[in-house]
Amino acid sequence: MKKCLVVDDSSVIRKVARRVLEELEFEILEAGDGQQALDQCKVDMPEAILLDWNMPVMDGLEFLVQLRSSENGAKPKVIFCTTENDISHIAQAVQAGADEYIMKPFDREILENKFQEVGLL
Amino acid sequence: MSINSNDFQYLQNFLKTSSGLIVNPEKEYLLKSRLEPLARSNGMNSIAELVVGMKGAASTELKGFVTDAMTTNESLFFRDKTPFDHFENIMMPYFLEARRTRKRLRVWCAASSTGQEPYSLAMSIKEEAAKYMGWKFEILGTDISKTVLKKAATGEYTQFEVQRGLPIKLLLKYFTQQGENWVLNNDIRSMVRYKEGNLLENFASIGTFDIVFCRNVLIYFDLETKREVLNKIARQMEKDSYLLLGAAETVMGVCDKFEAVKGTRGLYKLVG
Repeated sequence: MKKCLVVDDSSVIRKVARRVLEELEFEILEAGDGQQALDQCKVDMPEAILLDWNMPVMDGLEFLVQLRSSENGAKPKVIFCTTENDISHIAQAVQAGADEYIMKPFDREILENKFQEVGLL
Repeated sequence: MSINSNDFQYLQNFLKTSSGLIVNPEKEYLLKSRLEPLARSNGMNSIAELVVGMKGAASTELKGFVTDAMTTNESLFFRDKTPFDHFENIMMPYFLEARRTRKRLRVWCAASSTGQEPYSLAMSIKEEAAKYMGWKFEILGTDISKTVLKKAATGEYTQFEVQRGLPIKLLLKYFTQQGENWVLNNDIRSMVRYKEGNLLENFASIGTFDIVFCRNVLIYFDLETKREVLNKIARQMEKDSYLLLGAAETVMGVCDKFEAVKGTRGLYKLVG
């Protein structure tokens, strides 16, 4: 079973994403901020990361930059999932190594579609 | 409230003759879900009143709205993926060779809806621009519905629409943000031309094509209409051209002018 780490400071969003992704047969890990996510990746590197942008302690972009420069950090497919929906944020994320980008609000179809896009479904 | 049987029959006949759409009794829910909002937005209280209006003197516009509401289907960028892989890996390599002197290719998206299909093809071509130096591409999108054609021509999509099937890198490359929406850049928009067209009517004037996408349209027609439409499409195709149908559609047992391309899904070659 492929693992997906859901990184979001909102437990509601984590729950929504978990419900959809479990149906798509992912094993779900959760983190509430970028630092927790990094710690989690050191222990167990997932195949996919669904990543919020604005979070306390460490934001999503900072996490992504650190992840990509860490050992095995190039491996996971990273899909941003954020309310930041302007072109400069998207460009910045892609440049930092994001594979896909979801602009909130999202629905099941968009989530599924983006996981297909990165080749995980 | 259910639709009374006379009104149902009237709508069924109207849709069959105007667009070829077959509405079986088990599809009554579809009539209700699409025509009740339409009735309300035209100041009417029910489908019964809508039918009265359609039978009245000033009915042309209303009939157009009904056809629009029933034939419009949600579309998405790079829908089903496979057809676009076939375009890139089978059709384009073939034509690069077969049309190497003419260097011109005409593509027809029959039932182009809100434009996602022709624009996806335009982006595919643009992504491989280096291969097609000196080539001229014409992409024509036709649809029975004026409303969708108008939207298609603007190249403007909501945040939801650009997240259905469109890779983020293509969004960054080919779209500009305008408020809540995203607008296709002119270099892609200008590759596609739109024209109103009903597959049941005569469309000889659009000329002949090397590639025809006609996806998820035939499923709404009865066998006779399918055959008629496929024969007419065949007449608009160059002798070695390709036809792409939807995943649930086939020419088998309908029309013998096409041959399935081995190892593909939905791709056919004209055989004469």
